[in-house]
Amino acid sequence: MKVIRKTSTKKGISTSSMPDIIFMLLIFFMVTTVMREFEGLKVLLPTARTIEKLESKRHTTYIWASKDGLVNIDDRIIQGQGLRNIIYKKISSDPKLTISLKSDEDAQMKVITDIHTEMRNAQALKLNYSALTKID
Amino acid sequence: MFKSNRREPEEINSSSMADIAFLLLVFFLVTTTISMDKGLNLVLPPAGEELEVNRKNITNILINESGKVLFDEKPAKAREISRLVSDKLRKNDKMIFSVQTHSRTKYSDYILILDQLKIAKASRISIANPDQ
Repeated sequence: MKVIRKTSTKKGISTSSMPDIIFMLLIFFMVTTVMREFEGLKVLLPTARTIEKLESKRHTTYIWASKDGLVNIDDRIIQGQGLRNIIYKKISSDPKLTISLKSDEDAQMKVITDIHTEMRNAQALKLNYSALTKID
Repeated sequence: MFKSNRREPEEINSSSMADIAFLLLVFFLVTTTISMDKGLNLVLPPAGEELEVNRKNITNILINESGKVLFDEKPAKAREISRLVSDKLRKNDKMIFSVQTHSRTKYSDYILILDQLKIAKASRISIANPDQ
């Protein structure tokens, strides 16, 4: 009598849990992603040594100031009093708001002090001068 | 003529699930921008608040439009500021540093001085308006 034994074992790594792993990674990236809303102006940031990280990207609003004296917030060029109103609206909806000032290194201080004044009038006092790390 | 009632159990084919998830994953990987936002933090004083400060507790730092610095009424090099500031802080830890600029001073010169103050761990920094 001939006995046929069926003892063929499957070889290879099981890929059945692959989608779960991928989904886990996916959810991680979905949660951490903050979509970039605005492009801003073209600026060359200054450099500094004592650089600190921004606390949270979600509680940050960016203001761009170019060397030509243009000020941009939310992808709009703002002049004069307009900035105060926009900052005021933002700080009312998010009191933890920090303003990150992305200014060109050749910008004149008049533009910067005008932004300071507008921020102070809008009661937004947390400011971060965006800068790159100085290497020397 | 008989059709067999026994069918294969119906199931949605899930073999392409991993591909779909991969596609979404790649999309989020590409759109994620790792936070590169760093800079110098500063808390501005509230509007309309003017404090009387004893003249002894204040050091003026003036920056002119060509980036030359006047520290406590004496010309100084920008690189020396951190040393001068820590000297001042050692003598008086309540010292306030008032940075005053011209309206045409370059922003990078101002950041340079602010950086020097931060290196010396000066916490009381005041930004004076150029027209005052």
